[in-house]
Amino acid sequence: MHELSIAMSIIEMAEQEAELRGGAQIVGIHLKVGDLAGVVKEALISSYELATQETALAGSRLLIESVPVRGHCSTCEKDHTQRSIQSFCCPQCGTPSLDITQGKELEVVALEIVQ
Amino acid sequence: MTEPRLVEVRKNVLKQNDLVARALRARFREAGVFVVSLVSSPGTGKTAFLEKTLTLMRQHYRVAAVVGDLATENDAIRLSRSQAPVKQITTGTLCHLEAAMVEKALEDWNLRDLDFLFIENVGNLVCPSSYDLGEDLRAVLMSVTEGEDKPLKYPTIFNSADIAIITKTDLAEAVEFDWDEAYRSIQSVRPHMELLRVSSKSGEGMDAFVQRLLKAPCTMPSTRQELNH
Repeated sequence: MHELSIAMSIIEMAEQEAELRGGAQIVGIHLKVGDLAGVVKEALISSYELATQETALAGSRLLIESVPVRGHCSTCEKDHTQRSIQSFCCPQCGTPSLDITQGKELEVVALEIVQ
Repeated sequence: MTEPRLVEVRKNVLKQNDLVARALRARFREAGVFVVSLVSSPGTGKTAFLEKTLTLMRQHYRVAAVVGDLATENDAIRLSRSQAPVKQITTGTLCHLEAAMVEKALEDWNLRDLDFLFIENVGNLVCPSSYDLGEDLRAVLMSVTEGEDKPLKYPTIFNSADIAIITKTDLAEAVEFDWDEAYRSIQSVRPHMELLRVSSKSGEGMDAFVQRLLKAPCTMPSTRQELNH
């Protein structure tokens, strides 16, 4: 359960960004989480709610966009979306492939702020 | 109240860890030390495997280990029987090692005095996958007693590792371990993954592991990619 440490990193990052913008109040954080990032969405949201209690971020929303894993198939020479993270092979031709092009993201994309 | 405004940030949440890991990797390379991290669930036999590895290798190489656990110094005490320098990191409630903890543990060691450094992560097959520790090689261990489908249950960590090591092979027959199924599971989550079988008890496969590490520094100096968050 490392979601609490991740939630705290997100909060720290958001607070720094808000301060750079003249102490704006954050009402929402948009986050991208890849399916291979090793983060459980529900656990992250409850950790976030817990960690923001009694802080300036209390009541703010964490909006998570899941990013599916995509890979490049050297046989088809095309990118494809993985059907599952338990089977790394091309859904078209079945070639095993580990050339992952997306799906490991753990990124604060944007903040919703009020001045 | 005014309408909320959306401002773009685009920042990697684990940036701080990745920066420390990158700096560590640069230090390791400069000092010429090859760094191997071990991850597995609790009870796979990481410590027994590492104790055996340190004992075997220290006859010819300068080896050391840092070992992470939530509590107790037991593993460090066990590993120090190998006579190699060992340092314990107790993480308290944290379920994984982070790069900064490794950096701190190495504070008073001169890396130039080492050829190989081993980092034993906290026993956990989930959380360590997200944290780059600056290692050159990440080994994921699974024992024959854990079941052949372990990789399918924890694909992320197997996917983040470079080599899989199946431990406790001396028990394989007793638990009717299905090697073919285990290979299929591993290859499914990590195509072309290198695989070794070891028994810390009988010594099977230990030489193969050591040989694998010996060829690593000269043939592929730190080819491990920075984790792409």
